[in-house]
Amino acid sequence: MDAKAKVRIATTSLAGCFGCHMSFLDIDERLFDLVRLVDFDRSPLTDIKTVGDCDVGLIEGGLCNAENVHVLREFRAHCRILVALGACAINGGLPAQRNHLPLAGVLQEVYQTSPGMAGGMIPNDPELPLPLDKVHPLHEVVHVDYFIPGCPPSADAIWQVLTDLIAGREPVLAQRLIHFD
Amino acid sequence: MSSFKFDGREIPFVDGQTILQAVQAAGQDIPHLCYHPEFKPHGSCKLCSVRIGERMIASCTTPAAAGMNVESDTPDINDQRRTLLQMLFVEGNHFCPSCEKSGACRLQASAYELQMMSPHYDHFFPDRPVDASHEDFLLDTNRCILCSLCVRASRDVDGKNVFAFSGRGIHTHLIVNARSGRLGDTDFAAADKAAQVCPVGCILRKRVGFAVPIGQRPFDPPPQGE
Repeated sequence: MDAKAKVRIATTSLAGCFGCHMSFLDIDERLFDLVRLVDFDRSPLTDIKTVGDCDVGLIEGGLCNAENVHVLREFRAHCRILVALGACAINGGLPAQRNHLPLAGVLQEVYQTSPGMAGGMIPNDPELPLPLDKVHPLHEVVHVDYFIPGCPPSADAIWQVLTDLIAGREPVLAQRLIHFD
Repeated sequence: MSSFKFDGREIPFVDGQTILQAVQAAGQDIPHLCYHPEFKPHGSCKLCSVRIGERMIASCTTPAAAGMNVESDTPDINDQRRTLLQMLFVEGNHFCPSCEKSGACRLQASAYELQMMSPHYDHFFPDRPVDASHEDFLLDTNRCILCSLCVRASRDVDGKNVFAFSGRGIHTHLIVNARSGRLGDTDFAAADKAAQVCPVGCILRKRVGFAVPIGQRPFDPPPQGE
């Protein structure tokens, strides 16, 4: 396969823990098969900072701040197929556990009133992205084409979806590969 | 013995059996959440809905009748069941990775069975109480799906009436029948039937969480190659 015909893939972690990316790397020696079939665009694997036109975008993590939303919209604009990777991208996951608490109270607790935080202040550097009032999954902001559930999804599940997409097939996960935990 | 057709197969039944009971007696099943063989059917989750002619009906409350033609495992009916599950997931706070019931949860297992890949709808992220006042049990209403099994078990089997529903429509919620509203102020006990019927991670026994390893829990898939 020549370089032009390679499938171009971008990946990112928004409000995630990089566990889904670690699980992605757990495809182990299949990575050698993968790099023959794909080129990586923006991804923690390449350290490219902006996303170009891609066939597939894999997004780990939900949306907890304004920068997450910005990156998600860039991915949606540039990726033909967008895949929500893992529990946090699909339902907000662990970061969304704060959703029943007022944001101001959370910031005060973390930076001012918790033990050892005497004299602390809530960060307000203009370079810091503003937190969202609630953490949201990806599909509440943009259209998502496919979902790979799991915390994290297994390497086999990620491999199944990627190879299906690369081959131009509708991705189907066997029932044993569908888990939410 | 009389019989009816279920997805093309003949299912025998005795008078008084519901469609779901007859189907289960014949070794088959229909997805369900609020049905439990030991209690009077409630017919609220609608997951067990089947089609007879043009009508969708709950198979847990509908008596079997001779000659009826029941459709259940069809793509369009399973689409509707998946939609019901998605609505249940977004109405509550169902975060499987941090839930002790994961792997033993009927809501989760139903979602796997019906291949629910995403919640599809916008999440409500409701603010619901967690009651840890009881010595041996935790009540996390974030995960309650209003199946009423605990209400029925406590009222009809235990004779204690510990649980009830309050509110109407989308505001319906589980409450505890104590002046304080706290589980710790009732005579709820580990031996109660109501302590054993919760299909989700709402009524949880304390100090036994995550004891069963992943791979050995009731709804985990069997290991490959065995």
